[in-house]
Parts: sequence; C-alpha cells; structure tokens
Amino acid sequence: MSTSYLSDLRRPWVDGDKSLHQITEDVCAPLERGPGLLWWAGFLLSAAVLATGATLVTHQIWTGIGTWGLNRTVGWSFDIANFVFWVGIGHAGTLISAILFLFRQRWRTSVNRAAEAMTIFAVMCAGTFPLIHMGRPWLAFWVLPYPNTRGTLWVNFRSPLLWDVFAISTYFLVSLTFWYIGLIPDLATARDRARPGLRKRLLALAALGWNGSHRTWSRYEKVYLLLAGLATPLVFSVHTIVSMDFATSIVPGWHTTIFPPYFVCGAIFSGFGMVLTLMTVARKVMHFEAYITPRHLDAIGKITLLTSWIVTLAYSTELFTAWSSVNPYERFAFANRLAGPYGWGFGVMVLCNVLIPQLLWSPRVRTSAGLLFVISIFINIGMWFERFVIITVSLHRDYLPSSWAMYAPTYVEVGTLLGSFGLFFTCFFLFCRFLPMIALGEVKGVSGYARKHPDTAAAAPGAALASPTPEAAHAD
Amino acid sequence: MPTKVIYGLYAEEAALLAATRAARDGGGAIRDVHTPYAVHGLDEAMGLRPTRLGIVCFVLGVTGALFAFGFQSWVFLVDWPLNVGGKSFWAPPALLPVTFEVGVLFAALGTVLAFLLRSGLVPGAAPALALPEVTDDRFALVLDAPDAAAAERARALLLAHHALEIREVEVAA
Repeated sequence: MSTSYLSDLRRPWVDGDKSLHQITEDVCAPLERGPGLLWWAGFLLSAAVLATGATLVTHQIWTGIGTWGLNRTVGWSFDIANFVFWVGIGHAGTLISAILFLFRQRWRTSVNRAAEAMTIFAVMCAGTFPLIHMGRPWLAFWVLPYPNTRGTLWVNFRSPLLWDVFAISTYFLVSLTFWYIGLIPDLATARDRARPGLRKRLLALAALGWNGSHRTWSRYEKVYLLLAGLATPLVFSVHTIVSMDFATSIVPGWHTTIFPPYFVCGAIFSGFGMVLTLMTVARKVMHFEAYITPRHLDAIGKITLLTSWIVTLAYSTELFTAWSSVNPYERFAFANRLAGPYGWGFGVMVLCNVLIPQLLWSPRVRTSAGLLFVISIFINIGMWFERFVIITVSLHRDYLPSSWAMYAPTYVEVGTLLGSFGLFFTCFFLFCRFLPMIALGEVKGVSGYARKHPDTAAAAPGAALASPTPEAAHAD
Repeated sequence: MPTKVIYGLYAEEAALLAATRAARDGGGAIRDVHTPYAVHGLDEAMGLRPTRLGIVCFVLGVTGALFAFGFQSWVFLVDWPLNVGGKSFWAPPALLPVTFEVGVLFAALGTVLAFLLRSGLVPGAAPALALPEVTDDRFALVLDAPDAAAAERARALLLAHHALEIREVEVAA
C-alpha cells in the first residue's frame, strides 16, 4: 500500500539480485515449458488416489452410509474429523494472504498465491464430507433457504450446522475471489508472453484486459486491503462456527467455551503444517529456491512454533478445567481421553503437536527444508488425530455406560480420506502447471531491483539497465 | 474520437516517479502511468483522488447484514414461527452468525464487482492502450498530446527524464 514505505537498506525478499524480467521468466517458466517427469509422476499418483476415493464415495452413496464403521453411539467420526481437518488447513492460507498483509509482513508475497490456492482446494475437500454424510447428496440443496412448496418451510437459522453452511460457502467464495483478484495482473503477464493461440486467448479472457494502469492498480490495492480486512474476521468466524457444532451440544469433551479460540488456533497451526509440506517440496521441484528462501521458511517455522504453543495451552486448559469442574462426567471424559481405549490417539496428538514442534526453537531446524518437511508431516498427522480425539473419543463413552461403544473405520472411510488427499494434490498439481505459483506483481515490488535507491537512478541517466545494486545496500 | 498520446518507457520506478512528478508540476496532462507492480508514491505523484471503493464496501456490508437479519427475523416472527423446545421465537444472538456471514459476502463480492466494473475489467475487454512490456519489466508514463505544442512539451519532458524509449500512439478518447 502506498501508506507504507520500505527502507532501501532492508534486505530484499528475493535472493540473487534478479531483474524484473528475470522474475517474470522464472515464475512463468513452469507454465511455458512442458511438464517434467516429476510433475507427471506426482499428478498421476494424485489422480489415481482421487479416482480410488471417488469410486469408494460412489459405492457408499449407492449402498448407504452403513458401509461406514459408525454405530448408534458414534454417529460422527471419520467424515466429520476430515471435514474439520480440511477446513483447518485452509485457514493458514487466509492468515498468510489477509492477516500477514494487514501486519505488513512482506515475506508473505512469495508464498501467498500458493497458500491461497491451498485454502481453496482444502475447502473443496472439506465441503465434500458433509455432502457425503448426508447420505442422499442429491438433496443437498435442502440446506439452502429457498421458497418451496412445503409451506414455505425455511431452514433453521438457529442451528450451528446451518451456520456452517453459510460460513463455509462464504469462506469459499471470498477466498476464491481474493485469489482471483490477486491473479489478474499475473494472468496479464502470462497473456503478454504467450504465443498466439488458444492459450493466449484463454489467458486474455481471464486477465480481463488488465494493462497495468496505475489508476487500476491504485483501486486494486484498496480492494485488496478491503478484502484482507473482511477475510480476517471471516476466517475467525469460520472455525468458531465449526467449533460451535460441538460446543453447543451437551457431550462432555465438546461442551466447552474454549472451543472457538482453540479451534481457530488449531486450524492455523495445522494449516501452517500443510504450508510447510507444500512449500518445502514446491521450492525444490519448481526451482523457486531464490523466492522461497530459508528466511521465508524461518518465518513460517516461527508462526508454527507459536501456534503449537497456543494449541498446547488449549490442551492444558481443557484438562485443567475438566479437573477443576468437579463434574464426574467431565472428569471421566478427559480421563478416558488420556487413558481410555483410544489413549494412544491422545499420545499421537501430543507427540506430533506439542513435542515435535519444539524442534523449531532451533534456527538450524527452521531453515532446513528437509527437517521442516519431516516436522510438517508429523503436524499434519497430529492435527488429524486431534480432531479424531475430540470427536470420536468424546462420543464413544458419554453419560450412559450401557450405550458405550467402540468405533473402527472401514476401508471405505479410510479410502475416502485418502481420496480427499488425492483431490487436494490433483488440484494443486494442476495449479502449479497452469497458473503462476508466485505472485509476480507482489514479488517484483519486494525484490532488490525494484528498490534501487532513487539517487542511483537520478545520478546515472541511461544506466537504468546497468548492474544491480551494490552489495553494501543489502545488509540487514 | 481518437486522440494522440505520447509515452515514455522507464526501467525503474525511481526514474518513473521523478518524471511523473515533473509532468504534474509542469502542468502536463498525465493520462495514466502503467507499471508492472503497484508503485508506492504514484498516487501522490499523479495526484489521484482516493478511491471511493471503501464506501461501497461499507454500504454493501451493512446492507447484507441488515438483509440477513431482517430476513431471519421475518422467517421466525411472521412467516413460520418455529417452536424449538419452548424457546423464544425470536432469539437475536442465534441470528448473528448468518447475519455476519451474509454481510461479509455482500461486502466482498460487491466491492470486487464494483472495482472490476469501475476499472473496465470484464472478460473479453480490450484495453485502450495495451503495452505488453509493462506487464513484464517496464514502466510507462503516458502523456496527453492533443496538439503539436503539447506533443513537443511531452516529448521534451520525457527526454529530460531519460526515458529509454518514447513512442507516439493514437488511442480512443
């Protein structure tokens, strides 16, 4: 934004003193050269997993959700855990694109495009689970308030499940819009480079006639700021509402007031886990090491460590509150969580979300892509288990011991979870191949070249294309 | 009616900013400035008025929220009062989540739509002045040159500020 001014003495966020043209070349290269062997391998594997998942979903819709391991006591498990898991993943994308933008964290420019794409694909994955859970997804439109011949019988606007419908669909649409607005200038760059043909025509259609006019840029920046301002409370509302699906019930382990902030932080933590997974791989495979530098990884690592501690605080608060409530049901729910038949799930959760992230205290770990990748996988697993622990373990033993039951997923449920990963990665691979993965219009603004000291340009007329800024100006 | 413009290409934002300021101080009509990224300080250099999209956003957000709250109230008070366990028919706190979401939805989508229409960004739009270099690495200062005298002044100014290239084109007025 025009209100912020960055010192020329700051180290630029792009390594290697790249010129603006070089940045365009680097970012557009994956779109213009044919996809490599690695891309095909990844894409085909993801597509195969997606196809398997789709087959299983078809099977369960055809046969009914009796194909799942649910029973009368545990009526919500894998599918709802997957739903909450995927919605949570999305939150890091919005945090990077909106909240870090408001806080003027300029390092976000290299990763925000991919993180926003991650949000959109994750919300798509999340949305499929409630649809499948309906059992008769062709009646899904019943969740919308539309005039009908039954009265009109409206939806119950006082139900958290309906709030979910509004929250998730608003979140999806706003994220998609935010992402597209950010893409327009870069689509124009790709359009202007493309050879005449179908690809150029499609890019021209999508770029909406963008020509880099500053009158438009000026409004664009305002719109970006407004969207960031709207997306910030939105992202908090989404997981708050998701947590209310549980918190407004009377199930011990669910019925707690800490849920909204606990869920929001857990969501951001899990999302950053996924950001790390994607970025550590993508920077290598797509050759973006100069753009997603160890300093970016370091910043992401710090946020991950912080959110890990907030999640840890939430776990401890929950346990302490259960103990101090002197409510036998509440105390039992947490004793059962720790040491019941699913106690190992709690153990996995603590190991992955509390203990392993402590490695991030070390700057050497935070700047090592390999170690971060390994840690991020643990976080992804741990955060999935957190949802499993909260949802299934609270349900399987509540007030009435005669209705206690155990739950185990069937191959259909496991396959559907894997299938959602297939959907996510298939979309992500297509995104890397067809759209600029790094926000050109933003990265150019934070590269060293763009911020040459005004004096240099004025003092040396005609030297505009000359060598990059002296090294001295790059010291932190 | 087509009109003539003269534009100079620059490779750096600092040079562009200096030229733009000089053009404004010299009283020349700046048609537009084209840049590969949002250059900070250009608003002031060009003397652009602040956009009113913030107002659009606020009004739409309030409209969306009022609409959602009003609609839910109408449903529960007038159209089909629903008795849920003897609770109050109209419970405002329970209506807030949907009110908030619809407010955000109206504000976000409406602002973006207003922005796109105001800036003439629609599918299939052909920009009045297409400068392919600009979406890559060039900065262009576009000055109005309706007559020979204005053209001469514009050319002199761009030259004085070391434009890499100076071109003259006709665009739709």
